Amino acid sequence: MIVAQKKPMEEIIEEVKGYNKILIAGCNECVTVCEAGGKKEVQVLASALRMYFMNQGKEIKIDEVTLERQCDHEYLEEIRNIIDQYDAVLSLACGVGVQFMAEKYFTTPILPGVNTCFLGATEERGFWTERCQACGQCILARTGGICPVSRCAKRLLNGPCGGSTKGKCEIDSNVDCAWQLIIDRLKALGRLEQDYEKLTPIKDWSTDRAGGPRKVVREDVRI
Amino acid sequence: MRLQYPDTIRVVRVPCTGKVDIIHILRSFEKGADGVYVVGCMEGDCRFNNGNIRAKKRVAQAKKILDTIGIGGERVQMFNLSSAEGPKFAQYAVEMTDKIKELGANPIKKAFKKKAA
Repeated sequence: MIVAQKKPMEEIIEEVKGYNKILIAGCNECVTVCEAGGKKEVQVLASALRMYFMNQGKEIKIDEVTLERQCDHEYLEEIRNIIDQYDAVLSLACGVGVQFMAEKYFTTPILPGVNTCFLGATEERGFWTERCQACGQCILARTGGICPVSRCAKRLLNGPCGGSTKGKCEIDSNVDCAWQLIIDRLKALGRLEQDYEKLTPIKDWSTDRAGGPRKVVREDVRI
Repeated sequence: MRLQYPDTIRVVRVPCTGKVDIIHILRSFEKGADGVYVVGCMEGDCRFNNGNIRAKKRVAQAKKILDTIGIGGERVQMFNLSSAEGPKFAQYAVEMTDKIKELGANPIKKAFKKKAA
């Protein structure tokens, strides 16, 4: 899922202080799981902002809504009837949601409330780590399910670099050497011969962000 | 035990302090409370394992938020005791009330008054 972090309160206050009627819009998917922009976080942020502005003596209306997702037209349409009541929307969705909402309601300023970080998984509650860089050419079949593009500091595709110490990468002793993990896994799977010994051809990076903003088109499902 | 403690306290009973969430603390202040304190079991003795630890972390987070928005993190606090310690409960009640009296009223109450006027 997309992992995001709440923006510092001071930054959010700076963003919204010019407006008098704000809608805080959360998202029920990824940002709920990483506890940055779900219904609970919307409530807490709304309450905190109301108190801050009350304390400053400023009259401000802050309403709350949590949409199922902010990256689909159907869900964003749900606020069409109410959005004109507000001067601005503070969206706690990931960067995708903020932008999609801004495209749909382009006469209303849509402000981000979280910093979108990476594609990752919940290793344990409160601890999320990166796993995927969306390179568009998945090679996990050949690397025992461990991605060298996102987890190797040098993005090497044919084995370790020799800089690792005790299975940890040379950039930081807390970061695992991805290739150590891959080799251990392939050994456990008994696939060192088939997968590790075979050379990976030069990667086509045009499907990565390096090739420019990407799109996926499925003619078979477009009406 | 018929012990005396200040009558300015509103007690909200929960099955475990683990049920207390940050929004409950913040809403209390939003509605004009001058202070909020969470009283839970001794650490290690939670019958639900770590409910009081969750509460501790949430109280710490609420403190941070209250500091940032200008209400003051000192207005929220957590106490741990055993449910058998009646005198301690009364003592903490007095302690907290005295602390809040010293800190004064919730600053947003002035805003309420202005609105009403």
